[in-house]
Amino acid sequence: MTEPPREAVFVARALTKVYDMGEVQVHALRGVDLELYAGEMVVLLGASGSGKSTLLNILGGLDTATSGQVLYRDHDLTRADDGALTAYRRDHVGFVFQFYNLIPSLTARENVAIVTEIARAPMRPEEALALVGLAERMDHFPSQLSGGEQQRVAIARAIAKRPDVLLCDEPTGALDSSTGVLVLEALERINRELGATTALITHNAGIADMADRVIRISDGHIIDVQRHATKKAPRELSW
Amino acid sequence: MPTLDRKVLRDVRSHGGQVLAIAAVIGSGVATLVMSLSTLDSLHAARERFYQERRFAHAFAALKRAPDGVAQRLAEVPGVLRVETRVLAPVNLEVPGFGEPITGQMISLPTQPRDGLNLPLVIRGRAADPARDDEVLLSDAFAQAHGLAPGATLQAVISGRRQRLRVTGIAVSPEHVLQMAPAAVFPDFERFALLWMHRRPLAAAYDMEGAFNHASLQVARGAVLEDVLARVDHLLRPYGGIDAHGREDQPSHRYLSEEFKQLRQMAIMFPTIFLAVAAFLLNVVVGRLIQTQRDQIAALKAFGYSNLQVGLHYLKIVLVIGALGGVIGVALGGWMGSGMFDMYMQYYRFPDARFQLQPALALAGVLISCGASALGTLVAVRRAVVLPPAEAMRPEPPARFGVSLVERLGLGRVLSPAARMVVRNLAKRPARTGLSALGIAFSCAILMVSSFFWDTMQHVMFVQFRLVQRDDITVTLLEPTSWRARHEVARLPGVTHVEAFRAAPVRLRHGHRTYRTVVLGLEEGAALRRLIDGELRSVDLPPDGLVLTGHLAREILGVGVGDLVTVEVLEGRRQVRHVPVVALVEEFIGVSGYMTLPALNRLLGEGDALTGLHLTVAPGAEGAVFRAIDERPRVAGAQSRHAALASFERTMAEQMLTFAFFNTILASSIALGVVYNAARIALAERGRELASLRVLGLTRGEISAILLGELAVLTLAAVPLGWGVGLGLCWILSQTMQMDLFRLPFVVEPRTFAFASLTVLVAATGSGLLVRRQLDRLDLVAVLKTRE
Ligand SMILES: Nc1ncnc2c1ncn2[C@@H]1O[C@H](COP(=O)(O)OP(=O)(O)OP(=O)(O)O)[C@@H](O)[C@H]1O
Ligand SMILES: [Mg+2]
Repeated sequence: MTEPPREAVFVARALTKVYDMGEVQVHALRGVDLELYAGEMVVLLGASGSGKSTLLNILGGLDTATSGQVLYRDHDLTRADDGALTAYRRDHVGFVFQFYNLIPSLTARENVAIVTEIARAPMRPEEALALVGLAERMDHFPSQLSGGEQQRVAIARAIAKRPDVLLCDEPTGALDSSTGVLVLEALERINRELGATTALITHNAGIADMADRVIRISDGHIIDVQRHATKKAPRELSW
Repeated sequence: MPTLDRKVLRDVRSHGGQVLAIAAVIGSGVATLVMSLSTLDSLHAARERFYQERRFAHAFAALKRAPDGVAQRLAEVPGVLRVETRVLAPVNLEVPGFGEPITGQMISLPTQPRDGLNLPLVIRGRAADPARDDEVLLSDAFAQAHGLAPGATLQAVISGRRQRLRVTGIAVSPEHVLQMAPAAVFPDFERFALLWMHRRPLAAAYDMEGAFNHASLQVARGAVLEDVLARVDHLLRPYGGIDAHGREDQPSHRYLSEEFKQLRQMAIMFPTIFLAVAAFLLNVVVGRLIQTQRDQIAALKAFGYSNLQVGLHYLKIVLVIGALGGVIGVALGGWMGSGMFDMYMQYYRFPDARFQLQPALALAGVLISCGASALGTLVAVRRAVVLPPAEAMRPEPPARFGVSLVERLGLGRVLSPAARMVVRNLAKRPARTGLSALGIAFSCAILMVSSFFWDTMQHVMFVQFRLVQRDDITVTLLEPTSWRARHEVARLPGVTHVEAFRAAPVRLRHGHRTYRTVVLGLEEGAALRRLIDGELRSVDLPPDGLVLTGHLAREILGVGVGDLVTVEVLEGRRQVRHVPVVALVEEFIGVSGYMTLPALNRLLGEGDALTGLHLTVAPGAEGAVFRAIDERPRVAGAQSRHAALASFERTMAEQMLTFAFFNTILASSIALGVVYNAARIALAERGRELASLRVLGLTRGEISAILLGELAVLTLAAVPLGWGVGLGLCWILSQTMQMDLFRLPFVVEPRTFAFASLTVLVAATGSGLLVRRQLDRLDLVAVLKTRE
């Protein structure tokens, strides 16, 4: 099988992140080198506290590294100022957060609309919600939705802008397997149809089978990168 | 509508109770502003219109008697546009069924109404007929006080002759917007009347044919008033001219101006305090709102909303609350303003005066409300702006708990676990606890300020009418008289004690500062009119030298004990003397100078004379003494202290207290708003924790005790703090309310502390009950499902 020509969307070099807590310094990332390629689906695996969220936040322009460099195509994220990072997030990145972060005072539809309103070529909020199987619940508030449904709204919100990059922090953490499959299918579809470079954090090694590559992180280091020649469809995953 | 703006509305609505409470607080501040300024505006407009339409003069001069020809010479004074000469004369009146003496002033009607000055306006009935000798116009306030209508007749004693006067019309005049006797400090509508009569019959009755004894002048715009007055003074001196003066010294105008000044001061003081409290409260509430929305802020930023957009979003929430407060404030202020205005209209007689709330003022009210809100929340909103998106995605780190100081002091053992939670929660965030307590303290302080008005007015009345004035009746004579008058009055049945006094109009001068007032000469060892110092101790008049009201010496003339003051006597031989200030006395009403009677008479250079008497009378004899005095031709008037107190209460006190009443309403609503917010914030912050406790098996009562215990401790700590702040505010207020007409002493009675504390406690209890109801309905499942 010949490898397709690979264009690096992200290039990270010697990335470190230190949280200065006064007496102690927490080294969340200790020199990470990494490439993410256009259109690929990457799964990040690692123990709790290993630095996965930290890495994802830096890639998404939510946080800045202590040292090292991250490039998104020709943007140097490590040098970008706040305005540039904001524009970067607005134009290129879709997030799914570990804790959903829905806005409780807005309905499902409005939670999606709040993103599509500032995006360049978004789909309609209804479309995005239909993709995650929530067409019926569009006018419900987060408090009226189950945890999994809230998670799916969060995903709809992330994909609705048709992002170039989709960053998901444990998108299925709170879900049963059949709902999880629904969510993962939505992500897979965006990845496939829109060609969005997708990075997905999970604790669930089973999910790794749907990835092009699996990156294992431990204590702030990348300890292993594994490439899958064939991906499994979400339905075929074992939980 | 952008979805983010929809969130603004939803957030506002979901915090409905709190939003309303805060809006009420800001609204209260705006309301005081709108109330004061709209009242001021309306009064000002009414006055200007009235002055213009009825041609209120710019300068006034009283004299003994001058032939009509002198008017022409007055008209030739550079800067004088128009001269109106008149005959003014004192009169004693009787109204059937009213036992007390009534004095009045007869004023001649303009001979050429078309270019006369100070034109009275007939508001009911008809003008007096020049062909009839007994027709008069009667002043509105007096007519109203006695229920007199056109067609009524009055018995008058004119120059010792009894005469019937027929009232053809009720009138108001720009010269007497406040209808007040010439030398009085306060108006008394029942006992003083103004009567306008045609010049011919009036002159005939008072032997003033072909002559006048009062001149009013209209002065050209560019002319210097002082120069005109000096020339007029010079011109009228041979005719017994008494100190020409401008509007500032015209009693009605001066009274109005002082009122305006007072309103303007209130329009600064109260709104400033109220709005500052409201801004502070908003800062606390919005700060906490932002704290609870950290994750939402993070999400918004992660999706690419800029700092500016996020900041604007929270600013919009604040502005919605501010605008709501503004609208509430303008409506409330307009309502209270029209109440104040109506109250003023009982004293100030304007034709067709209407309360008006200028659209510009309403707009300013809303803008100030929004501005104060935005300013107050700048810090809180900034916190949302600078929150780094990654930071915000983690829940707030759990607070670090420790063993509190109270427990370390050994009190821990006596505390129940719930009480320990209360103590630790309060101690965990000292800044937050302090801010909440400060908010409640401020509401307590504002309540004290409102109540302080009652205290200080009571004190003023006590000092003036118990300590200073100790006579039963004050008799004023028409002109300086010999001591015989004293003996005659002393012999009247029922009179137990008499003391003579002399009041001399003077202009006091020190350097370039001058002030027109009276020097009161009192008998040595006078007991019926006391002078007191700042500690309410009686001050004996030194045999020589001048004693001044402290305010007059310090603030107006800038002199102290030992300084020389130039005294220019404004009557008789018009002596000018330099007199040392020998003591200062503290009075709260009016300002004047005091000397012993012999010293004053020496200064005047006119031999022993008196112009009035202070009397005490035997119980029950007041009426008989009044009647006896009234029959004496040289008596200008007699006033009972009792009536003076009543009239003071009805005028000054009522005005101040109306204002204080409105402020009390506002302060109470602030107290309620602050305390309710403190309770709601505590609930918002602790709801999750309390729900967990409920899940663990605690009863509703037990978790209520934890939350309400916190509120109770906070309130009890805040109240004494509020006393301190309140005393400070009252002091500032008493310092700013220092006017010529009256001054507010810094007196705070225990009941003010009690009132403020009780109101706060009631507000706290009410808020506690409201929150308790919410606690009972705490949705355990929902609370536990969502993250922080
Ligand atoms: N704001 C912070 N301040 C201090 N330390 C932090 C902060 N955020 C993360 N850390 C620390 O950095 C390390 C990596 O955290 P990170 O959130 O990236 O872990 P994670 O791999 O996502 O774990 P989990 O699977 O539990 O979400 C952890 O030790 C964490 O305690
Ligand atoms: Mg994580």
